[in-house]
Amino acid sequence: MSRTLLAIRDLDVDFDTPRGRVRAVRSVSLDVAEGECVAVVGESGSGKTQLFLACLGLLAAQGIVRGSASFAGRELVGADATALNELRGTRLAIVFQDPMNALTPHLSIGRQLAEVVLDRGMMNADQARARSLEVLEAVGLDDAPSRLRQYPHQLSGGQRQRVAIAMALMTKPSLLIADEPTTALDVTVQAQVLGVLHQATRQGLGLVLITHDLGVVAGIAHRVAVMYAGEVVEIAPVAELFSAPAHPYTSALLDSVPRLDAPADGRLPGIEGQPPPPQASVQGCAFAPRCPRAVEACRSAAVPQHRGVARSVACHRPLTLEGLGA
Amino acid sequence: MSVPLLRVRGLSVQYATRRPGLRARAGTVTALDAVNLELAEGRSMGVVGESGCGKSTLSRAILGLVEPQAGTVEWRGQLVRRSDAAVLKRMRRELQGVCQDPFGSLDPRMTIGESVAEALDALEGIRDPAAAARRIAGSLEEVGLDPSLASRYPHELSGGQCQRAAIARATIVRPRLLICDEAVSALDVSVQAQIVNLLRDLSERHGMGLLLISHNLAVVRYLCQEVVVLYRGRLVERGPRDALFAAPLHPYTRALLAAVPRPVPGAAPWAAPIRAMADPADLPEAAGCLYRGRCPAADGMCAREVPALRDADAGHLAACHHPGATLVG
Repeated sequence: MSRTLLAIRDLDVDFDTPRGRVRAVRSVSLDVAEGECVAVVGESGSGKTQLFLACLGLLAAQGIVRGSASFAGRELVGADATALNELRGTRLAIVFQDPMNALTPHLSIGRQLAEVVLDRGMMNADQARARSLEVLEAVGLDDAPSRLRQYPHQLSGGQRQRVAIAMALMTKPSLLIADEPTTALDVTVQAQVLGVLHQATRQGLGLVLITHDLGVVAGIAHRVAVMYAGEVVEIAPVAELFSAPAHPYTSALLDSVPRLDAPADGRLPGIEGQPPPPQASVQGCAFAPRCPRAVEACRSAAVPQHRGVARSVACHRPLTLEGLGA
Repeated sequence: MSVPLLRVRGLSVQYATRRPGLRARAGTVTALDAVNLELAEGRSMGVVGESGCGKSTLSRAILGLVEPQAGTVEWRGQLVRRSDAAVLKRMRRELQGVCQDPFGSLDPRMTIGESVAEALDALEGIRDPAAAARRIAGSLEEVGLDPSLASRYPHELSGGQCQRAAIARATIVRPRLLICDEAVSALDVSVQAQIVNLLRDLSERHGMGLLLISHNLAVVRYLCQEVVVLYRGRLVERGPRDALFAAPLHPYTRALLAAVPRPVPGAAPWAAPIRAMADPADLPEAAGCLYRGRCPAADGMCAREVPALRDADAGHLAACHHPGATLVG
């Protein structure tokens, strides 16, 4: 097994709001190894973005983090700004959803790429240019030299997203956190961007892919963590998760993906209802009100954790216990 | 044969452009190039293609929001012109639209109830407030929203709830056709499934036609009886759903299908037989097939001649010199 890059342990994220304390992330533990792609999947508001913003020290001011997140042996939670700045953008990079806002509109692509390494004194100008061309080619943008002279408005959305990924790769980070990197893109461009990320993991990059669409992660993720209402409800290797999901929520999410290979005459089985509002205090399992398998215990008793070697699930009535140490 | 609900003939739309730089040169970009299509009452049609293929321009031209350079749009046999306000107004009672961004399409300063009421008032001018309130509550209930949400503002609702409200606003006047421009693509998959089901229910219950504009063929497959594929403004394939999905004829349709993410471990959508979308400036001249720069089956013929839309099998048409060619990515 390759080296663990990121180790998150019992991480909580709370926000103090005028309407009281909101629990965004509850007791999450998750590892990401070198060359591994871990997909973090959940609906809007499930806490998947806040979890990683907390690891990076990028939470909004009213955010409170408890627990631990260590990157290559260095603790990130509570680390001072200088230490975090040294890691962020160098060994630890992030790509956000919106390719329109990730780039500075009045600077050329070449300037923005070079800045990443020049500002940190990591390379001289020639090296920076060479590296810029290298990363632009790596993300599949043709005619890299002329791209360097272009400005963001001259690129399409997919091209901008690929430039944002190229920028994140400039410093050869060991871990990349990609938050919905393809959600705003056409399916064809999405396929290309996923291909770029897949290639990078094969060269040793640790990748966290945050998304709401399980269809997107099937081809690229090694392991999948499913989040619901701030908690990780299931972690499993991708093959097991898709063939035998243990948590009813995972199963429902899988069923929600419109498929080309299923009969299309019936209804698309979505998930009725909505996640609990973040300020709600939840008794028992947070998914129980929407869960077709819920029984009385689900609504009242603390949720048991079933743990196996490679997978785990938090559920009173999991769909399977195979590989879950039962 | 009866008059179709919607008939689009030879529709072309061009937009003026300026090249960047000091010596700005005005030009035009062709967003739609001689598109023909027909939709019968109560039928559903999907229009698919990538960003920039002209699918939104098509919906805007049908709704009378852009003036075409050539061609016509007929609504129930009547010619639709932007300048003809009376026809447009009548048409808008029967033809409604829902757009992609559920937050952007609702006025942030109006409650959900006010937004829905405004549509009702503008299009039907109901005078009796009690009757209007009943209609609004009924319309919200029909789209799965609690009528108590009528007093809320868009920012208090989730994306899925806002999209339901936008659908309520569009369907409260019982349109004959609902145009949905990427109406589900900004939503979480779980919510997307709910909205897909809702559109299907509304369409079946009221015999309402659907024109669904989307870049995701999998979504179209759940909702549409017929599918139209646009590429750079040209209609490249059209056919009944089952025929088109089972045996796509145009290499572009196949590439779009291959790029749809499949929830199957090991699936590699990036291995799809499609090349990177070229820069508009690098695209081949209008002569010949516009897809040839990305097409693995392209040959000399494709560069010389614009492929005509030909019927391959029982209403399944494609504009390709090598329809159904075996492709090696």
